[in-house]
Amino acid sequence: MAKPLLDVHDLQKHFPIGSSLFGARRTVVKAVDGISFTINAGETLGLVGESGCGKTTTSKLVLAAEAPTSGTIEFEGRNVGQLRGPALQDYRRKVQVVFQDPYSSLSPRMRVGDIIAEPIRAHERLSSADVRARVVHLLELVGFRPDVARLFPHEFSGGQRQRLAIARALSTSARLIVLDEPVSALDVSIRAHIIDLLEQLQERLAVSYLFIAHDLAAVAHLSQRTAVMYLGKLVEVAESLELCARPLHPYTKALFAASLPSHPDEPREEIVLSGEVPSAVDPPRGCHFHPRCPFVMSRCAEYEPPLVELSAGHKVACHLY
Amino acid sequence: MPPLLDVRNLRTYYVGFRGTRVVKAVDGVSFSVDAGETFGLVGESGCGKTTTCHAIVRLLAPSARIVSGVIELEGQDLVTKSQSEMRRIRGRRIATILQDPMASLDPLFSIYDQVAEPAHYHQSLRGRALRQRVTQLLAAVRIPSPEHRMKNYPHQMSGGMRQRIVGAISQAGGPRIIIADEPTTNLDVTIQLQYLNLLKDLQRATGVALIFVTHNLGIVAKMCDRVAVMYAGKIVEMQSVRGLFYQPRHPYTRAFLDSIPKLGVKEPLRGIPGQPPDLASLPPGCSFQPRCPRAIDRCRLEEPKQHDLDGAGSVRCWLPIEEATPRG
Repeated sequence: MAKPLLDVHDLQKHFPIGSSLFGARRTVVKAVDGISFTINAGETLGLVGESGCGKTTTSKLVLAAEAPTSGTIEFEGRNVGQLRGPALQDYRRKVQVVFQDPYSSLSPRMRVGDIIAEPIRAHERLSSADVRARVVHLLELVGFRPDVARLFPHEFSGGQRQRLAIARALSTSARLIVLDEPVSALDVSIRAHIIDLLEQLQERLAVSYLFIAHDLAAVAHLSQRTAVMYLGKLVEVAESLELCARPLHPYTKALFAASLPSHPDEPREEIVLSGEVPSAVDPPRGCHFHPRCPFVMSRCAEYEPPLVELSAGHKVACHLY
Repeated sequence: MPPLLDVRNLRTYYVGFRGTRVVKAVDGVSFSVDAGETFGLVGESGCGKTTTCHAIVRLLAPSARIVSGVIELEGQDLVTKSQSEMRRIRGRRIATILQDPMASLDPLFSIYDQVAEPAHYHQSLRGRALRQRVTQLLAAVRIPSPEHRMKNYPHQMSGGMRQRIVGAISQAGGPRIIIADEPTTNLDVTIQLQYLNLLKDLQRATGVALIFVTHNLGIVAKMCDRVAVMYAGKIVEMQSVRGLFYQPRHPYTRAFLDSIPKLGVKEPLRGIPGQPPDLASLPPGCSFQPRCPRAIDRCRLEEPKQHDLDGAGSVRCWLPIEEATPRG
């Protein structure tokens, strides 16, 4: 098997809070607490979880916007933590991002053409005619006429803006795009277009996606594999269709039960979790999920279950298995 | 028996500077809600669903006005009430739950003050009786140790708990109907399920009617008895929930259902082409016609009337879909 494009190994990110000046005990938030995953070229990995589970911190680590506390990220076989200077700049060129809110991610004072051209100018030495030709090509790729390049973002709707953000992410021939909740802010009928467009672009350009969202149905639709995150840890990773058909971890089951039915007579297991997500400052001992778990056993409070592979590609971290 | 709430031909327009721009946010909306029923009002942003709700409780923005129509609550027309009369109706007979609990709760007052206010004002409770009522309301929305928690302030609570407090406040005046405008949009999915189940339980216990405003058809499928689908200020289809999901009649409803990804199904999604129209300059004829795959010449010339569907609701289309949609 070919080496994966992105190989994340035992990644941790701890944020100190309430630190005192003279070395008294510092508390840390373990936002990401030892996660490992891979993304192959041309593949989409979905990352689901509720707010505060560490999805966005994970995306910042992958984007090299934050430095990990420990663990490694390998991209095309090179350790990202050791990249410096031009090599790091090249990494940033190849790994791009699309954010949730296209109203705040596009500068209102720049014309669309400049918004898309900015990364090209930053990363590549091209003549202005070549830059312009690339911008025209990118606009056509996401379904615009080239003459929109002289317009400003306020002249576009939310879905159109998200298409511009995608064009910008593709402008420097990115190999991996981090999609951080790219459709959550859009209307339902527009969401479908963006998901479709992302799928088509992947087919044409063989780009990889790390698709972060809390909407299980959308994640399962777009990604080949899905990872479920809870309080800084991965609790289950599997092929998306397999995960939908046979969720194993009680938290994954609860997420599926909580995702709303697609029609009124859909048969579904009702697992209503009690309580809320505990604070990441002081996570429960043992399995982080055990205080809310309907299948809790005595050892869940004592030992943390490791992420083990049960069948080909289906990993779960739970004492039940 | 007359319905609890009867909205007839409601028109609410936003009028711009010197009347140069008129936005027809709600344009001839009629529906009724029976006691104890859950009615869904569905549509995308800008379709007029929130303006409809604000018009019902008469809390419209200064630039909006109710141009015509009747809003009858238990036989009384709310459109003709003065604001001081409305103050005695809001909270006591009709309550609202809004999307963002942090915006509906006052950060400077304790939970007790905020839950007690409507109970005191509308039910004239005071002293120990008031305290008991607050405890009972908080317990009903499953706030753990309510006696202790009522001394807290909103910032000391999680998002899910705050929204449950808003639920308790909406119950405090003993209303007959609660309008819930996207109440779970800010909540995580597992917390959303808790909250929806809680609202169902409250409804079972008190027999209150609910109007659920949402763009999420999953919530509709789970919660509602009947649904109205809004598009560009009009109700384009109104049906029972099962009717809507199994046999959508309006092309917009059908397209809306088709654009939602289903769990574990990898079929390509079909979005709706084009953009929702500008409410200040609507296309001629049917508002959905520029995006409609079934549009015929008549759709471009003449606005469709509301047709009754043999006692099973209504649809506003010249060419409603006849065949059932296989689902499941």
